[in-house]
Amino acid sequence: MSIIEFRKTSKHFGDLKVLDQVDLSIEQGEVVVLIGPSGSGKSTLLRCINGLEQITGGDLIVDGISVREGGRQLRRIRQEAGMVFQQFNLFPQMTALQNVAFGPRKVRGLGRAEAEAQALELLDKVGLKERAHHVPSALSGGQQQRVAIARALAVRPKVMLFDEPTSALDPELKQEVLTVMRQLAQEGMTMVVVTHEMSFARQVGTRLIFMEHGKISVDGNPVEVITNPPSERLKDFLQHVE
Amino acid sequence: MEIDWSVVPGFLPQLAAGARVTILIALAGLVGGTILGLIAGLMRAYGGRVLNAIAFVYIELIRGTPIVVQVMFLYFAMPVLTGLRVDPMTAAILAIVVNAGAYIAEIVRGAFLSIPRGLTEAGLAMGLPHWKVLAHIVGPLAFRRLIPPLGNQFIVSLKDTSLFIVIGVGELTRTGQEIMASNFRAVEIWTAVAVIYLIMTGTLTAILRLIENRMRIL
Ligand SMILES: Nc1ncnc2c1ncn2[C@@H]1O[C@H](COP(=O)(O)OP(=O)(O)O)[C@@H](O)[C@H]1O
Ligand SMILES: [Mg+2]
Repeated sequence: MSIIEFRKTSKHFGDLKVLDQVDLSIEQGEVVVLIGPSGSGKSTLLRCINGLEQITGGDLIVDGISVREGGRQLRRIRQEAGMVFQQFNLFPQMTALQNVAFGPRKVRGLGRAEAEAQALELLDKVGLKERAHHVPSALSGGQQQRVAIARALAVRPKVMLFDEPTSALDPELKQEVLTVMRQLAQEGMTMVVVTHEMSFARQVGTRLIFMEHGKISVDGNPVEVITNPPSERLKDFLQHVE
Repeated sequence: MEIDWSVVPGFLPQLAAGARVTILIALAGLVGGTILGLIAGLMRAYGGRVLNAIAFVYIELIRGTPIVVQVMFLYFAMPVLTGLRVDPMTAAILAIVVNAGAYIAEIVRGAFLSIPRGLTEAGLAMGLPHWKVLAHIVGPLAFRRLIPPLGNQFIVSLKDTSLFIVIGVGELTRTGQEIMASNFRAVEIWTAVAVIYLIMTGTLTAILRLIENRMRIL
């Protein structure tokens, strides 16, 4: 069974159709890279998966549960689908450690000591063990994003959703975040990544999806699609981002 | 008549009693007003259509009418309408509760809505119910932004208690007037009354500064 399945999924904002009957199945272990012009619906597609946006047509099944169920079922989906945002969105009143321990404590109901011990392991994994007691404002953008990745992982999701995780970062800070993501992919994490980092798409992605006007216009192997773009518009787009 | 400050100490016990009534009204009224304001403010920020509308009507009713009219209504009109008679003290406290509640509701709403949406989304995306996101993430951040305007409202409400002279509550201003009526020492009495108000508002301001300084503003 697919871990994520869009079934003629549509999303409207008022009269604006942002997702247009999308059909898409994502299997466990895939690293799907989502590209496309600004406004083509990439973020919306991602945010429908964990119900931050409500779908308005069709259905969308995540780990066997429809996002239409709402309530407790939707919260179960959200625990299975961790999200990393462009703007990090770390909780500013908490240290890195508290940020990472927060999910396990409040979602999974773990005790403080246990949650913080796990959090420290995760911070170690993203290379930030020594920064555990810093608040977000005392960290660089790249460090903040790595804490945000650890925070999402702490809830033990089956899928990780990334919405332009390096777009807000200076070029020299992008790599440390991409390295963590690469490592995650190697461990077999299922990932859906909106990004314009084409080297990441080529090296790490198992699948590349090009979106236009709320539709999937190209879906294929990253290396093949990038070296041999099947459409003129994708070719144009790739020239722009590289 | 010559100004004679030596008469003031003689009236101090009476003024102190008035000040105690003022503090009692303000304290009880503001505790109630803060709770009411918190509820109404959260209804405005996160309530559905109905809750939002109820809170909106309440806030606009209060903000659109003078507090003197509100306390007159509570003291003279409510008994006629409901048959429930309240003493002046209760009417005064209720007036502060509903009046401060409306202004505090707007403060609460503003503070909660000023917290970046992305933090709420980050909390929701983990699988937390919305109320937990408000309680553990947005609430503590909003609280820091709440303190300065809330302190300002506390001071306004404290001074507003002087208007309850109209229903005959024996608070500080009324006490001053009663003393005045018996000895006509206007300068001495009103200076003393003003200084007592200043001490009360000054203490409040100092406490608020202390709280503000101890909190990291984020
Ligand atoms: N909350 C919203 N309300 C109204 N329109 C929105 C909202 N979010 C996104 N949109 C619109 O939906 C379209 C797709 O947006 P988005 O999914 O963010 O695109 P992308 O991530 O590919 O740049 C855009 O036209 C955008 O303006
Ligand atoms: Mg986007």
